[in-house]
Amino acid sequence: MENGTLLAVEDLHTWFEVRKWGFVHVGYVRAVDGVTFSLDQGEAVTVVGESGCGKSTLARTILGLYPPTKGEVRFLGKPIKAWGRRYHSMLGYVQQDPYGALPPFMNLRRILLEPMVINRIGTKREREERIRQVLEEVKLTPVEDFLGKFPHMLSGGQQQRAVIARSMVLNPKMIVADEPVSMLDASVRVEILQLLQGIQQAHNLGVIYITHDLSTVRYFSERIFVMYAAKIVEKAPVKELLGNPLHPYTKALLAAIPDPDPENAKVFKEVPPGEPPSLLRPPTGCRFHPRCPHKIEGLCDREVPPEFEPVPGHFVSCWLYR
Amino acid sequence: MRTATETLLKVEDLKLYFRTTKGVVQAVDGVSFEVGKARSVVVVGESGCGKSSLAKAILRLLPRNVHTYSGHIYMDGVDLMSLSDEEFRRNVRWVKISYVAQGAMNSLNPVIKVGEQVAEALLIHTDGVTRREALERVQEVFRFVGVPLDFIDRYAFELSGGMRQRVVIAMALITHPPLIILDEPTSALDVLTQANIMNSLKRIKKEMKVAYFLITHDIATSSELAEDAIVMYAGQIVEMGEAGHFYLTPKHPYSEMLMASVPTLREDKELRFIPGQPPSLINPPTGCRFAPRCPKRFSMCDSEPPMVELADGRKVKCHLYG
Repeated sequence: MENGTLLAVEDLHTWFEVRKWGFVHVGYVRAVDGVTFSLDQGEAVTVVGESGCGKSTLARTILGLYPPTKGEVRFLGKPIKAWGRRYHSMLGYVQQDPYGALPPFMNLRRILLEPMVINRIGTKREREERIRQVLEEVKLTPVEDFLGKFPHMLSGGQQQRAVIARSMVLNPKMIVADEPVSMLDASVRVEILQLLQGIQQAHNLGVIYITHDLSTVRYFSERIFVMYAAKIVEKAPVKELLGNPLHPYTKALLAAIPDPDPENAKVFKEVPPGEPPSLLRPPTGCRFHPRCPHKIEGLCDREVPPEFEPVPGHFVSCWLYR
Repeated sequence: MRTATETLLKVEDLKLYFRTTKGVVQAVDGVSFEVGKARSVVVVGESGCGKSSLAKAILRLLPRNVHTYSGHIYMDGVDLMSLSDEEFRRNVRWVKISYVAQGAMNSLNPVIKVGEQVAEALLIHTDGVTRREALERVQEVFRFVGVPLDFIDRYAFELSGGMRQRVVIAMALITHPPLIILDEPTSALDVLTQANIMNSLKRIKKEMKVAYFLITHDIATSSELAEDAIVMYAGQIVEMGEAGHFYLTPKHPYSEMLMASVPTLREDKELRFIPGQPPSLINPPTGCRFAPRCPKRFSMCDSEPPMVELADGRKVKCHLYG
């Protein structure tokens, strides 16, 4: 393991068993099905995919909230099991719904104190000091005004700042942000993304940013992973992926995203037919083949495409690039 | 904002205030605009600016705590405000204006087949239609919105989000109303599904000559449908005019900043956000409501700005153009 690697995900599978009447085994929902990547210290990556593609499950498996069915997550060279409880204090988690993530009966001071109490960190004075620091860092200032506030007294943007502050309290090495801005207004989104980026750079954090919104990734990360039906189908640096998408799914996804342009109203978009497959019984071969305009009969529907590297640093799982 | 088309709906000085324990909320405060025949008008604004309340005010779908409901809504020469509730229900709702409410796709009845639910809308709002005729019409509209015909006998939980949204749109279309109000019709859907539904809405508009009143906070997606645009801020319209003008050269400082906060996929622009929060609608600032956040404010902004008509036909509520 090289020195700079923060997180290594190796052939990760997270399957959920489905039962009928509580005991008859029906099958597995393969929410994450063979995902491999690594993240360097201080690197930000984006995982992009549609709802139900397994991106949140991937996040939660990395966070140690779901046990992997197969494969491994290594953090700083050690499997997460070996870290035990300490693992969670090295990770921050920013949830999608800030209001749901904050206990409604605690004020901000209590919310931010909690992680330190649980991990028995610091004296009373040091804890107070730390709370002030993080609140200033997320720009919930003047701090005095916010300490006593309860989540419902904050706006959506402020709630998300509070969630970010909480994830930062223990000085984590990595932050997993699962759709941190999808519930916020457009005008606030940018603010929160810039804040996250500022924190990431200031503390040299690893960040996994999970989103369905490709238009925000340009402003955030260095690499993008595109996920479709529980697998990563394309990995590339942001500029490369946006400028030269290779996988037919990525191409369709990019084409479907509108920019605010009045010309949009005059044209119809090319959209692949159908919907993402059920993860209970995913298609054989390439999972995108039933919707793919370029599928090769006899190959795409039979063999799972391995990862090809047609452009250095740009990986794609598609037979077109064999 | 009017071009050569005929006027379909004309709203004058519409007000909708709610009574709450904290005071009177001025959700819609003196809004005037027109919708042309077979035009599509989008209303954009941050959450809490009164967009959805405007839709409900037009449809007279009011909660119990209404404080003020006044103004004029003209359609076909009749002031809808002068109708009794029963006349309104009988002659306007679903006959002249139908409505796709926000999250309507999650409000389908789980124990009635979706085909029956769509037929019900026709049975209730049209006299002398038999059940069989209604079900035939359901087939017609399902074909139109792109729902496979065998879905008629399915229940809502058997359909994906995109299909449920199509069913709800079919329900709005079945009576052939000249105007459909769509409140965030695609905000909960994935990009590909969203693009698909936008394609369908464009096709429906072209073939059925229906006018849309589209309410959304997603500016990029709104451009898919917009011919005219209305920008709302704190219960008031701050800019309206042809969509092309708004997307390319917004004039009101709020519209300008709103556009600057929209991330774009294809263009590497620097994003800005709007500092501060929208004002409370209980005691909105006197004068221009955007003034506290506006970088261009000057001495006159303490007084309420008039709606100024510019040379290109659009209207802007700002002293800069007075």
